[in-house]
Amino acid sequence: MLKMSHLAKVYRTEVVETYALRDLSLNVREGEFVAVTGPSGSGKTTFLNVTGLLETPSSGQYLLDGEDVSQLGDDARSRIRNEKIGFIFQAFNLIPDLNVFDNIDVPLRYRRMAGGERKKRIGEALERVGLSARMRHYPAELSGGQQQRVAIARALAGSPRLLLADEPTGNLDTQMARGVMELLEAIHRDGATIVMVTHDPELAVRAQRNVHIIDGQVVDLTEEPRFHGVHPATHAQSAA
Amino acid sequence: MFRYYVWLALRSLRRNPVLTGLMIVAIGLGIGASMTMLTLFRAMSGDPIPQKSAQLFVPQIDNWGPDQREKSGEPPQTMLTYTDVEALMRAHAAPRQTAMYATGFVITPSDPQQQPFQAEARATYSDFFEMFDVPFKYGSAWGAQGDDSRSDVVVIGKKLNDKLFGGASSIGKTVNLDNRDYRIVGVLDDWSPQPRIYDVMDESFGDAEEIFVPFTVAIDRHLDNWGNNNCASLSDPGWEGHLHSECIWLQFWAELPDAAQVQRYRGMLDSYASEQQHNGRFHWAPLTRLHNAREWMVLQHVVPDESRILLMVSFGFLFVCLVNAVGLMLAKFMGRSAETGVRRALGANRRAVFMQCMVETGVIGLAGGLLGLALTGLGLIGVRAVLDKDMSSLTHLDLVDVVLAVLLAVVAAVLAGIYPTWRATQVQPAWQLKAN
Repeated sequence: MLKMSHLAKVYRTEVVETYALRDLSLNVREGEFVAVTGPSGSGKTTFLNVTGLLETPSSGQYLLDGEDVSQLGDDARSRIRNEKIGFIFQAFNLIPDLNVFDNIDVPLRYRRMAGGERKKRIGEALERVGLSARMRHYPAELSGGQQQRVAIARALAGSPRLLLADEPTGNLDTQMARGVMELLEAIHRDGATIVMVTHDPELAVRAQRNVHIIDGQVVDLTEEPRFHGVHPATHAQSAA
Repeated sequence: MFRYYVWLALRSLRRNPVLTGLMIVAIGLGIGASMTMLTLFRAMSGDPIPQKSAQLFVPQIDNWGPDQREKSGEPPQTMLTYTDVEALMRAHAAPRQTAMYATGFVITPSDPQQQPFQAEARATYSDFFEMFDVPFKYGSAWGAQGDDSRSDVVVIGKKLNDKLFGGASSIGKTVNLDNRDYRIVGVLDDWSPQPRIYDVMDESFGDAEEIFVPFTVAIDRHLDNWGNNNCASLSDPGWEGHLHSECIWLQFWAELPDAAQVQRYRGMLDSYASEQQHNGRFHWAPLTRLHNAREWMVLQHVVPDESRILLMVSFGFLFVCLVNAVGLMLAKFMGRSAETGVRRALGANRRAVFMQCMVETGVIGLAGGLLGLALTGLGLIGVRAVLDKDMSSLTHLDLVDVVLAVLLAVVAAVLAGIYPTWRATQVQPAWQLKAN
């Protein structure tokens, strides 16, 4: 699903070069739920940006769904982000002027999907996160947990191949965080591939596999993945 | 996607009504000021017969000598003497030609209920009507025979025909002018070229005359000149003295359809001036000029220089308004970098962001254009209040002006939006999402 080989990301100024990622190699198989952990400033966010094609790596190779996406142009990266990747952000990043329906509609619009199909997908995504009744509400009218559920629905509506979650419970209280995590686990059980960046060990332990990043390098890879164990396809691929 | 962008634009404009209002007002004010001046300028500088104006020529002959010339050395004469007009008419070097001057009559209506009244008239040759594409409602011009036979015939305007004959055909009827009956041979349809191209010396803007009589008849009847009369020296008294003086008071036009005829006519003018020198009338080297109607209107400053300056100032004001709009749009687009970052993350490429912002600037421009149109209307009301009646009748908005105002506003807004839009497309989604 996702294969990174010797990736590096360097930020250059006139006087200094900063390596945010260096020689990072990682494989994520289809259907896996991987937690990426690491201390602050370790390169987790850069890793997520590169994985989500929001930034291009300085060197190395990145294969997504078998396609080399390391050095694609803006149009191609935008298209892949739109069609293959779903984002879940810590700050939810809903557009405040748009109601729930229209927020979820955004990525589908850029896919130039027909109106009927968009409506159907939005309805299904909202049903999946349990917010069908809030379709016409604006983000400010929802709790933090509900907003994150809308963000998850937005990510799911496009049926992405990969879900990227950046501290998805970072802005939520314990109860809401638990609900969001249970939702992510359920989505994973349905076959989704999820890569979640977190610095919370309690969340990380709920993923199948933990990847630890320090100074832009993977330093600890749990060899034996833990399975949530109900999705046969996931189990088979992970075991393989 | 265009409909989606329009929908987003309308939502975005509602989100911040103060900023939106400022942008629309900035564009509207600029459009209002520039369109007011442009409408006035277009009305004043319009070519009333664009299909003919390049073929209609005004000759100039220097009959006063070097002492009277302008600093540029150009001849100051904007009209001709009777002597020169007669000579040019006799030479008949153009397919059509006419001499003319402004005059007037007291009209005594046949209906005793109507009081006699005064009306402006034009003494001209029959070619005048075809040269200036004058439309006829009834009848026609008197023709060359009317010129030569010095018949008491007349062509009247539509308004006069409406007044005297209730709008019915008056061909063959007579109209009493200065106590003499003239037979009506033609009635004009609505015709009022602006500027009044055939005589920009007397009154550039205003209605055309309602009475046209043969030039030959006017001369025979000693019909007074109601227009300009410029003399460089004293003339003998009386009508004959006036006719044989060096005073210039007659307009002259020649229709020259192609370059070869123009060239030949120039040669004829030079030959004529040389002949006058040999005859002892001119004591200087011949100086003649030949300008077509468009050149003539520019040379005679039909459009006042002040109008050009005001037009430039108004477009300068539009530029200042647009600079303000650029700043406001920059603030607006940069203020929603976070949203742009989210849209980019969700699949919008730079082109999509560019289109969204451009459509929004277009919508702002459209709103600014509509406001500008309303302000233009107010501006023209103000212009009408300060201009005289003849000029103010020109200052109206037609469909072309409306389309032009809206188009100008949209184009101006889109141009003003290019830099802010470009900045918006440069938003790095990763940085914006991190900042959130």
